[in-house]
Amino acid sequence: MCGIAGIFNLYDEKEISMDTLRKMTAIIRHRGPDGFGFYKDKRAGLAHARLSIIDLDGGWQPMHNEDKTIWITFNGEIFNYIELREGLISKGHRFHTKSDTEVIVHSYEEYGTDCLKYFNGQFAFAIWDKNKDMLFIARDRVGIRPLFYTSVNGSILFASEIKSLFADERVRREIDHRALDQIFTFWMNIPPRTAFKDIMELPAGHYMTVKNGDCRVMQYWDLDFTACDSIKSEEEYAEELRELLISSTRLRLRADVSVGAYLSGGIDSSVITALIKKYTNNPLRTFSVAFHDEAYDESIYQKHMIEYLNTDHSEIRCSYSDIGSIFPDVIWHTEMPVLRTAPAPLYLLSKLVRENGYKVVLTGEGADEILAGYDIFKETKVRRFLEKNPASICRPLILKKLYPYLENSPTKSLHYSKAFFDVDMSNYPDRYYSHVPRWDLTSKIKFFFSDNIRDELNGYNKFDELSSLLSNNMDSFDHLSKAQYLEIRTLLSNYLLSSQGDRMAMGNSVEGRYPFLDYRVIEFCCKLPPNLRMRTLTEKYILKKSMNDLLPESIIARTKQPYMAPDSRSFFAGGTLDYVGEMFSENALKRCGCFDVRKTKMIFEKCRKGLTIGFKDNMAFVGILSTQILYDLFVERFKADSLYDKNISNERIMEVA
Amino acid sequence: MEQIKKTLKKFILENILFDDNDNALDYDDSFLEKGIIDSTGVLEVVNFIEEEFEISVEDEELVPENLDSVNNLARFIHSKKGNTSQV
Repeated sequence: MCGIAGIFNLYDEKEISMDTLRKMTAIIRHRGPDGFGFYKDKRAGLAHARLSIIDLDGGWQPMHNEDKTIWITFNGEIFNYIELREGLISKGHRFHTKSDTEVIVHSYEEYGTDCLKYFNGQFAFAIWDKNKDMLFIARDRVGIRPLFYTSVNGSILFASEIKSLFADERVRREIDHRALDQIFTFWMNIPPRTAFKDIMELPAGHYMTVKNGDCRVMQYWDLDFTACDSIKSEEEYAEELRELLISSTRLRLRADVSVGAYLSGGIDSSVITALIKKYTNNPLRTFSVAFHDEAYDESIYQKHMIEYLNTDHSEIRCSYSDIGSIFPDVIWHTEMPVLRTAPAPLYLLSKLVRENGYKVVLTGEGADEILAGYDIFKETKVRRFLEKNPASICRPLILKKLYPYLENSPTKSLHYSKAFFDVDMSNYPDRYYSHVPRWDLTSKIKFFFSDNIRDELNGYNKFDELSSLLSNNMDSFDHLSKAQYLEIRTLLSNYLLSSQGDRMAMGNSVEGRYPFLDYRVIEFCCKLPPNLRMRTLTEKYILKKSMNDLLPESIIARTKQPYMAPDSRSFFAGGTLDYVGEMFSENALKRCGCFDVRKTKMIFEKCRKGLTIGFKDNMAFVGILSTQILYDLFVERFKADSLYDKNISNERIMEVA
Repeated sequence: MEQIKKTLKKFILENILFDDNDNALDYDDSFLEKGIIDSTGVLEVVNFIEEEFEISVEDEELVPENLDSVNNLARFIHSKKGNTSQV
């Protein structure tokens, strides 16, 4: 796992600054602290910060083909590289290393941009093809590894993180208010838009070619639920899912370093850990996050699994103030406003992993999306049912069943839950049915936007951008698949795998791997009959069935508890944290200009007094705070030079022409 | 009664409406109809009146007739206090 960066001259040959390449790499050295590598000629400069995992001696980058006409800088893993390598050797390709990186180079030589469909992995890379005079950059199918780009003075700059682009002083650093509108509605930016003006994100499952000054972005993969079938028996589907998960877990244990696993106490990470234990020789080392506040804590279930599998386990126990004090570092890595503190404990967890000498962990991410585990899918089903059967006598019971774990559930008072569930859908197409209540509720926090931003956003339609991210095919999916597709294309790729995934792990030089997000597993789940994903209101039905004998009853029978962390409370435990007071000062609010000072001061007071109990106010508070921090870190105080260690000790310049 | 209404209005203005303009809320305004308070807001109001007026609100009392305006709330609190003192 690594960080990549580069500069490509669009039209003509001109000197590329080695100093800039070094700065771009140094600022993301957390992604690859084991060494830096550079290549440059008059058209392209490629940089690489390395975290060595496969082929520890031979895997240095940027790497080239036999005659040095093709160069690559690559972040991630191609898990099926051994099989692909054999195939390429039989076609006459000669390999100099044992790395997966070289497999990409030769696959590209063999198949061109079509090579992407052969890769089973998580990746972002850039290939400079001198023969074709073309830059080719690509991202994995679901967006596990990040890739950003921008253009300045006739050059394209690209990098694993936005801060690396900012290392070039010519790149403007300004908050994009349209992205703010998106994030304060959908919880995410809609790529290519990012939280910063003119900084683009290559969407998941896409690649871009740059040739003759022309940039073309193409989609090479998408989820397809149209082929849902029910040819096989339930048992056959369960067996097939198990076989696939065994295979995807085995592939993800390929590494030349030790591999650990996260254990959340939920069924997904328990499945992965149990598969490692039963089907591989990997010594089982597990890590978990626990909370002092019992409302968020799942350690009792984690303990069940630890004892059941007898794993060597370490845990980090989070307090409110742990989350509050680490939060600015979290925003340095998310590079976007977030509405929840949930990434923070994961940042502390990856630190624990790293301190224990591990660089790679397997986790259960993705199962809730592909196998319908989230409450939003149940909620959608309930809403559709009640809409059709408004007089159902089961109504009170169903509503009560939805959020049993929430202390302040919106369904607590039936009279008021009616208002929560009876959503006016008349302004939305049916494809958004599942997510409209969430978006409606979240949108209310834009109440705190300043008048200037409101004026600026007047007439802006973010749904046009959302629509461009989605396949027209989705309108023919069944109700559940539609909701899953929307969740995967929006929140999985652009929040869960980034702000809660790659960024929190790589912030501490740890690589996450996700067996449920093996494309073979995803494509299999897309074809499953919907009632095997969710049976009445039982989530992940087929997964539970297929793993029944692998897990203790207490884990299988558990109702899903969504992963959450304490929000506004984290910033006031033991008095207001200094930086929080500063971020909410009139001066700081005015400089950033995004929020109404008077209203913002009032919600600050409410949170300070501990009166905030609902999602909405908590989201507003965390959203405002993280935006203020983002502005402070990246717009006001950003100095690439101060983060640039000129004495890079482990550096290799592959070629300078 | 008047004092109860003033206290309630101040709480709702500061903590639900985030507005220091006294005209932003009338005693008769329906919270639900005007979109002032959602299902979570109701629980915040309930927490507040339980603490401030030292009463206990039962789940079955979570109905708009008791909670949906400053006037309704004040009437509800008044009757609860009355009942309590009779016990």
